[in-house]
Amino acid sequence: MSKYRLTQLKALEAESIHIMREVVAEFRNPVMLYSIGKDSSVMLHLARKAFYPAPLPFPLLHVDTAYKFPEMYEFREWFVKEIGAELIVRRNEDAINKGMNPKGFGVARCCGALKTQGLLDALEEGNYDAAFGGARRDEERSRAKERVFSIRDEFGQWDPKNQRPELWDVYNGRIHEGESVRVFPLSNWTEMDIWLYIREENIPIVPLYYAKERLMVERGNLLIPYYEKTKDQLLKGEEPTMVMSRFRTLGCMPCTGAVRSHATTIDEIVAEAAAARRSERETRIIDHGANTMEDKKKEGYF
Amino acid sequence: MTANINFKLSQTIQLLRLATVGSVDDGKSTLIGRLLVDTKGAFEDQLLSVTRKKGAASEAEVDLAMLTDGLSAEREQGITIDVAYRYFATPKRKFIMADCPGHEQYTRNMVTGASTANAAIILIDARNGVMPQTKRHTHILSLLGTPHLVVAINKMDMVDYDQSIFEKIRADITAYCAKQGIKDLICIPISALHGDMVVTRGDSMSWYKDRTLLETLESIEVTDHIERLPFRFAVQYINRPQTEELPDFRGYCGRINSGIVRTGDTVTLLPSGKTSRIKEIVTFDGTPDEAFAPQSVTLTLVDDIDISRGDMIVHSDSTPEIRKEIEALVCWIGDEPLVARKKYIIKQTTNSVRAVAMDIVYRTDIHTLNQDNADELGVNEIGRVRFKLAQPIYCDAYADNRATGSFIIIDTFTNITIGAGMICG
Ligand SMILES: Nc1nc2c(ncn2[C@@H]2O[C@H](COP(=O)(O)OP(=O)(O)O)[C@@H](O)[C@H]2O)c(=O)[nH]1
Repeated sequence: MSKYRLTQLKALEAESIHIMREVVAEFRNPVMLYSIGKDSSVMLHLARKAFYPAPLPFPLLHVDTAYKFPEMYEFREWFVKEIGAELIVRRNEDAINKGMNPKGFGVARCCGALKTQGLLDALEEGNYDAAFGGARRDEERSRAKERVFSIRDEFGQWDPKNQRPELWDVYNGRIHEGESVRVFPLSNWTEMDIWLYIREENIPIVPLYYAKERLMVERGNLLIPYYEKTKDQLLKGEEPTMVMSRFRTLGCMPCTGAVRSHATTIDEIVAEAAAARRSERETRIIDHGANTMEDKKKEGYF
Repeated sequence: MTANINFKLSQTIQLLRLATVGSVDDGKSTLIGRLLVDTKGAFEDQLLSVTRKKGAASEAEVDLAMLTDGLSAEREQGITIDVAYRYFATPKRKFIMADCPGHEQYTRNMVTGASTANAAIILIDARNGVMPQTKRHTHILSLLGTPHLVVAINKMDMVDYDQSIFEKIRADITAYCAKQGIKDLICIPISALHGDMVVTRGDSMSWYKDRTLLETLESIEVTDHIERLPFRFAVQYINRPQTEELPDFRGYCGRINSGIVRTGDTVTLLPSGKTSRIKEIVTFDGTPDEAFAPQSVTLTLVDDIDISRGDMIVHSDSTPEIRKEIEALVCWIGDEPLVARKKYIIKQTTNSVRAVAMDIVYRTDIHTLNQDNADELGVNEIGRVRFKLAQPIYCDAYADNRATGSFIIIDTFTNITIGAGMICG
């Protein structure tokens, strides 16, 4: 390969950095949504590259549902300190205090309150006009059409029929007062790219991504992690057993399934991702209704 | 994709950005579904979700088109209404495919999808041959300067895989393209539905000896050699940490638009015209001696010079034009027409300037390619327009340099992107 060719990972990296700098240059008050997952880890790594040697010119925002895995909170505290970033954590305390949970209220309502409402409130409170998200277009069918710069109205809503065309790499960041933009610097990355990049760049990720013997409950095809805090979310008669398993995506404990796996190293994860015949989204319980993602997005979900 | 291949993959694999265009029902969705399925770019659960409705059991019965139809609105209407991006990879390449809708009122989406593409697949239904839409799309691709065009003549199964039909269409489209200066045109007969000549050869077209579609996509040059062009660096962002460790650091962030830059190079800064030298190329991964397009880097200069976003750093021996008046080919994508004397915002590289449309030099009739007089450019129309700018921009002709020759036009009132412009030499 000629010395003036970029590998696909370096091409994606250059594109993501370009996007992040455009936002910081054109917006008044950007924030980066940090979900603690592997995509967030990559996005954050790219942000550090984009603004090196300066510290990140924006804070990280974690919209916490109180249902994240203990390992995720632990990782969050360590990682954020490690890279010297500013972290803001926001929760929909109202709903949490009312005992919002997926089993009692339904997954859609629970997500709506803890994630969507939590996010919208936090964005409004912080008066952010741009928010970076780690969503990728390959994740889900309706995301395939998401723009890199996704304009939201005053209510944070997305209109799939009224998106701005994006030409070349010239992004239109002009918005009206009250509007905001969600920016997806990882739009063109696939799950495979993410893993390859994590391997190439040695990016730290939550240990839950690596296989280990873990307490799991089997429900149909799903492996549901067993934790004290969420055991009341299980159905009658469900009993945990130890299963060698790992997570392909990370979300809330009651709604994130694991997969059987023996991949304990990044190389093994890459190999597994390459051979995977089912999408990573399948282990997200929240996707199991018809068309859910698109509906949620119209309402303002990331 | 197999696991062992992927271990080496990240070191050598390159990225090809593709656009797929065609008229409604030419089989675009089916083709993309076929590519996804045959390269294992679609997962089983995604396949299941599109078979479930039909009660189909085998892959053969998967509705390939459904795989790519994303939004509920278009599932209801049965047409594709917006550019969708698809990803698939082979052991040789990763592909980003912009799936551009063929419906007339959505030409803007085609311009969008094709603007970043290094190659485009144009679909033709073998039963219909070259249609007006095909011509429109081909013309837009030629304006956008898409480096490689591949014509996939689809539904060959419906014309008995007849070679003479393929040859006739190939002759027609080649002749049309020649009129527009497109020379390298690859034509491939395929059946997206059955898979012939897409990923595998099939056994119905032994008369066709050239590469399959996927082999073609794997062999196309992924680059348009922008590193061989003169060095252009539009300043995106000024990096001034002002921290205890770095009180005086001042770096200019940007994505190299074209060319190569080396430490020590003599550069000119626009608009001031001052010269300086490159002190360092700063990156998270170290300070390389050189960097090239399209890398994102941070440059520091030997001298302390006032530079802001939108300025441009270039090699002193090859500077771009500094223009307050431009003539450009414009693809209009706004609902309200472009009219003379109206004010717009033009964003070119990282520079946003106010502009007035002076006059429309001509409007191209997409069918005849004739240049007509016109008072306005309506949605989906293409024409040559003169603009006067409130501040100068630093640009090259689009034909010479896509990055510095392109711009978007923004409505001053709605903030929506309403036009795509390509600067004429
Ligand atoms: N016989 C045959 N039918 C095809 C082929 N490709 C697509 N079709 C059919 O043509 C129709 C339109 O295809 P679709 O992919 O939806 O077209 P699009 O509008 O260009 O996306 C569908 O009924 C397809 O099954 C092909 O190669 N052979």
